[in-house]
Amino acid sequence: MTSTARLDPQPAAARDGRPTAVVSSMASDAHTWNLIFLQLLVEELGFEVTNLGPCVPDLLLVEQCRIRRPALVVLSSVNGHGYQDGLRVIGQLRGAAGLAGTPIVLGGKLGVSGEHRAERVAELRDAGFDAVYDDRPDAIESFRRFVAARVAVGRP
Amino acid sequence: MNFGEFVRWRHARGALVVQPRMGFADPTVMRAGLLATRRVDAATVGTITLDSYTRVGDLDAAGHALGQGLALNGYPIVNHPPGTTQAVLDGVLAEDFPVQVRHGSARPLDIFAALIRAGLHATEGGPVSYCLPYGRTPLAESVANWAAACELLLTTRQDGVEPHLETFGGCMLGQLCPPSELVAISVLEALFFHRMGLRSISVSYAQQTNPAQDLEAVTALRRLCAELLPGADTHVVVYAYMGLAPRTPAGARRLFASAVRLAVAGGAQRLIVKTVAEAYRIPTIAENVAALEHAAATARAIPRPADTAGSGGQVYREARAIVDAVLDGAPDLGRAIVLAFRRGLLDVPYCIHPDNAGRSRSHLDEDGTLRWTRLGNLPLGGLAELRRQDPVGSTELLCALSYVQRTFDAPHLEEV
Ligand code: B12
Repeated sequence: MTSTARLDPQPAAARDGRPTAVVSSMASDAHTWNLIFLQLLVEELGFEVTNLGPCVPDLLLVEQCRIRRPALVVLSSVNGHGYQDGLRVIGQLRGAAGLAGTPIVLGGKLGVSGEHRAERVAELRDAGFDAVYDDRPDAIESFRRFVAARVAVGRP
Repeated sequence: MNFGEFVRWRHARGALVVQPRMGFADPTVMRAGLLATRRVDAATVGTITLDSYTRVGDLDAAGHALGQGLALNGYPIVNHPPGTTQAVLDGVLAEDFPVQVRHGSARPLDIFAALIRAGLHATEGGPVSYCLPYGRTPLAESVANWAAACELLLTTRQDGVEPHLETFGGCMLGQLCPPSELVAISVLEALFFHRMGLRSISVSYAQQTNPAQDLEAVTALRRLCAELLPGADTHVVVYAYMGLAPRTPAGARRLFASAVRLAVAGGAQRLIVKTVAEAYRIPTIAENVAALEHAAATARAIPRPADTAGSGGQVYREARAIVDAVLDGAPDLGRAIVLAFRRGLLDVPYCIHPDNAGRSRSHLDEDGTLRWTRLGNLPLGGLAELRRQDPVGSTELLCALSYVQRTFDAPHLEEV
């Protein structure tokens, strides 16, 4: 595990041929245990991971994804602002060159009230997320299944 | 009476002062929350916790959320006009009910200006603890911002009040940092505030994963304050566990009762509580009130130890070594702190902030004791014992993060 990515441009594909993934928080969220956990998990799923860290400004997120052209973008928010932050960034990501078809997912504790609101999840999916994992016990399992189904990871 | 005096006075008269972590965007709800805190039959102080947009200085996003009626995770004190916050506090803030602003910002000047305008003069944070865990602001910038914020806060003396600052250094990321480094950072931040001219200071320690080690830590903190800050008016504040919380209400209550025992046994004057909603969402006013009542009742039922002096043991020895090494780095403490992180004399395990060296690692023993796995360049060679050195994967990390949750939930799982 390394510190937050130094933000210089890097080659899109990892040297050893593993697909790359970006793990990131959004602008208002400072939590990092979720990001560290997700980085380890996504690495274990076979990816080379760039962890953009906490409080990632919209522009930086879009720029890093555009430059790195990852095979998977994993956004996490647990501070309760996930719905509005997610809705704000997904359009910008989809609009950036090369990211229209990239699998982009969002998960965590997305609201402040803890209730699972299907219509907010639907709104986020309509706005362009491929999958949205509200804070349910099966979130990690569903995410693994999504990655297995949608992103090809070569067996080492 | 200022915040620090009030806390010491209530404690001297036998009470553990209890405080919520409470913040709501809507001024009416915020006021109701403060009033409910005040009405609790216990020695309480009030809290206004700020939302994340305000913490990172994104006033547009806070304004947008207020305008659209979107939920916020705290009170946007900079966006609400000063009159609004004054109205929230009118008839609530009193000699016997001080209110503190809790925020988590490495760029706190606007927040300090807003709280001063509202008539407040107690807040918390620190150049390290409100930087590394709270985003990507460079540490050197945070140090400069916090120096300026201290100066601004000192202007409240013109109104005849003594401002109060609490360190957040005893918490940092909440989990997996061995207590000696938490104690060291808390003390260094207190020294920073003191050198900036503050006289009323509290030092924090967040409950970790082993009761005996925690007690040593609180004792070490008190001993270091006595040694290094003899001229200041200081008190110790314990935070109920700041990591993954139990999911069952009964498990959460047992955990938070153990935080009360730590505070009382350690001779701390104040405790910041958590609620049964911690694992899930922002708690309601009622849940906060219940947590305050539960903490106060638990404290009343525990006799105070006759003697809380103690050596602080291994936690003290390590913390003292870290503090001394940092102070040796430069005459200016802000500069010494920046240098210490650059050299890895301060290095917080699992902290991914670019100014953290990231070479130290820790793990939990079978009994929850936090131990160093790797020291990096921490000045603890020969002092700290390393028992294992293998790396941690996602499963073990989650296992360590959820140790407290699992332990306290185990007897109550049928409730979920
Ligand atoms: C540690 C902690 C902190 C530390 C964080 C330090 C750091 N740099 O990481 C500190 C003390 C600094 C902190 C600060 C704050 N915190 Co906090 N924090 C926690 C706490 C106690 C534990 C979080 C943790 O360690 N999680 C460990 C990881 C592994 O678990 P996780 O985050 O839950 O993630 C899991 C799932 O959500 C999921 N997941 C997450 N992301 C994704 C993404 C995908 C794609 C998938 C599939 C799954 C997934 O997978 C993970 C593993 O199961 C939680 C409460 C709790 N959970 O007990 C509150 C909590 C997350 N914090 C909260 C809040 C609000 C804040 C603050 C805004 C302060 C405030 N107003 O109270 C600030 C944040 C400031 C900011 N700018 O964002 C709230 C969020 C409320 C909500 N969503 O309704 C919580 C829930 C506490 C509460 N009940 O109020 N916090």
